[in-house]
Amino acid sequence: MNFISTIQNVFRGRTLATIGMIWLCVILVAALAAPIFAPFDPLDIDPIGRLQEPSWAHFFGTDHFGRDTFSRSIYGARMTVVIGLGSVVFALIIGGLIGMLSAYFTRLGHVLMRIVDVLMAFPALLLALVLMTLLERSVTNTIIVIGIVYATTTARILFGMTLKLKGEVFVDAAKCSGAGHSSILFRHILPNLISPLLVQASFIFAFAQLQAAALDFLGLGLPPEIPSWGNMLSEERIYVTRAPWLLLFPGILIIISVFSINLVGDAMRDSIDPRFKDDIAGV
Amino acid sequence: MTQPAPLLQVNDLKTYFTIGTGGPFGSGKQTLKAVDGISFEIHAGEVLSLVGESGCGKTTVGRTLTQLEPATDGEAYFNGTEILSLPNSQFRPLRREIQMIFQDPFASLNPRLTIEQTLAEPLHIHKLAKNRKEARVLISETLQLVGLDPKVMDRYPHEFSGGQRQRIGIARVMILKPKLVIADEMVSALDVSIQAQVLNLIKDLQRDSGVSMLFISHDLGVVRHISDRVAVMYLGKIVEIGNRLEIFENPSHPYTKLLLSSIPRIKPGRTKVEDLGEPASATSPPTGCAFHPRCAIATEICRSAQPEMNELSETHVSACHNISQLLGGHA
Repeated sequence: MNFISTIQNVFRGRTLATIGMIWLCVILVAALAAPIFAPFDPLDIDPIGRLQEPSWAHFFGTDHFGRDTFSRSIYGARMTVVIGLGSVVFALIIGGLIGMLSAYFTRLGHVLMRIVDVLMAFPALLLALVLMTLLERSVTNTIIVIGIVYATTTARILFGMTLKLKGEVFVDAAKCSGAGHSSILFRHILPNLISPLLVQASFIFAFAQLQAAALDFLGLGLPPEIPSWGNMLSEERIYVTRAPWLLLFPGILIIISVFSINLVGDAMRDSIDPRFKDDIAGV
Repeated sequence: MTQPAPLLQVNDLKTYFTIGTGGPFGSGKQTLKAVDGISFEIHAGEVLSLVGESGCGKTTVGRTLTQLEPATDGEAYFNGTEILSLPNSQFRPLRREIQMIFQDPFASLNPRLTIEQTLAEPLHIHKLAKNRKEARVLISETLQLVGLDPKVMDRYPHEFSGGQRQRIGIARVMILKPKLVIADEMVSALDVSIQAQVLNLIKDLQRDSGVSMLFISHDLGVVRHISDRVAVMYLGKIVEIGNRLEIFENPSHPYTKLLLSSIPRIKPGRTKVEDLGEPASATSPPTGCAFHPRCAIATEICRSAQPEMNELSETHVSACHNISQLLGGHA
């Protein structure tokens, strides 16, 4: 059960997932070392050189302020990683706690899970929109809002799994040894939830990208001065006929990244849950 | 024969479960009387077996006594303390003295914890070891006691066979030096060849440590091997209780006779007792004596009145209306 062999198991024989993983690593490196890779400052405006076509100087062209789209895309990777990781951590901690505690303490569960049910009744984007209009546009608030949206599904999933684990004999055995509630929850139940949590994390990461891009596009996500792929789409959408590459590159980046995360998530789920094995050969 | 106060005295224990769902769309609530008024005692150093067919409530007795299920009614005195009504916080220190071995050795060990972590947990909870070093010493002693190499403590449960896992389960219990061990079908999930080994191990451990045991089983061959006394359960009630020889050589209750005659035998000898029916449902038990629909000697009174406990000797008690006829027939 060591880490490296687990990774090998996930990616062996799954070419597309491996390519996806490599792409994610590229994004991560770009995010970490954005100032090194970006040829220009993403905020440097150049009114004379606006709306340039892609060239050797500006790989992805320039936008309506003359900013280098390639540099902005690289800095946008930063936001991708920050928003993704932030929402995953938020959703897993909040949703995980709600799900586990609700399943373990039945009465508390009656209350908490009904609240979760109500939140889940809203379409994800609508819920995010409502919450975003209540808060001001900022990175933290975007993370919190997307986190809340996906905390509900996480709570649902963990509720069911904790309910099942709660009835396991080893939990009874721990009770007989005198273990208290926190020890049973965090020492006996939680470690058995790690694999589903990992899979859940990969899907939240993917959906958070789409959600964040959608919020940016609607002008409710990150503040406009922050270069993110969603903001770039939103700002340049009126130039779609004159400079379509301004929309093309961020759009392609979003699609490829979300697709990669999904491929990796699928591969993780397949290798963890033997029931799904060989369903999608080659993926 | 005067005996000192028993280690465990159970009086009229009842554990009921509510099954089904109420409300306008539910199938209606029913009460399942898993344990319906049983009384027994266990003395220090004694092994009492609880036998009966599946669904008779014997496992629930063990789970109620360890507070894994709440008791509906009744009392259980452990060393003079009533334990069924104790709140969780006050029962926790007593858990060290009342330990349980579970049936399924594959499910009773947390797959994510090493053997050391599993065995160290009770030590730390009950403050029997100050640090990891002390715990490791105790763990290796206990592992040797149950016939395992102390080196195994760094491994995970999936690396062990069923018999080895059950030894680990026994180690988890014995490491606390309990006064009462409740063994719930502890060998029935194992291969027959392994059963004997594990059974001999627990018998030796019991004899050496003088721990009392409530040995829950449906396997009379195993019970005969290990018990001092035997209690026979049918549909939530004890129908006969007595010393091992009294039960095996001189059974009085028709149900005990039925059970004994169903042990497979190679040599012909004992005549088979006729079984007239299926076990009744615990949600709607028959009136009168619960066993009467299956009983060959049932009379009118069996259908209407619940039988009393008849004392056959100081140690042997049987609940049957036709006890005199049975004894006459046996003599």
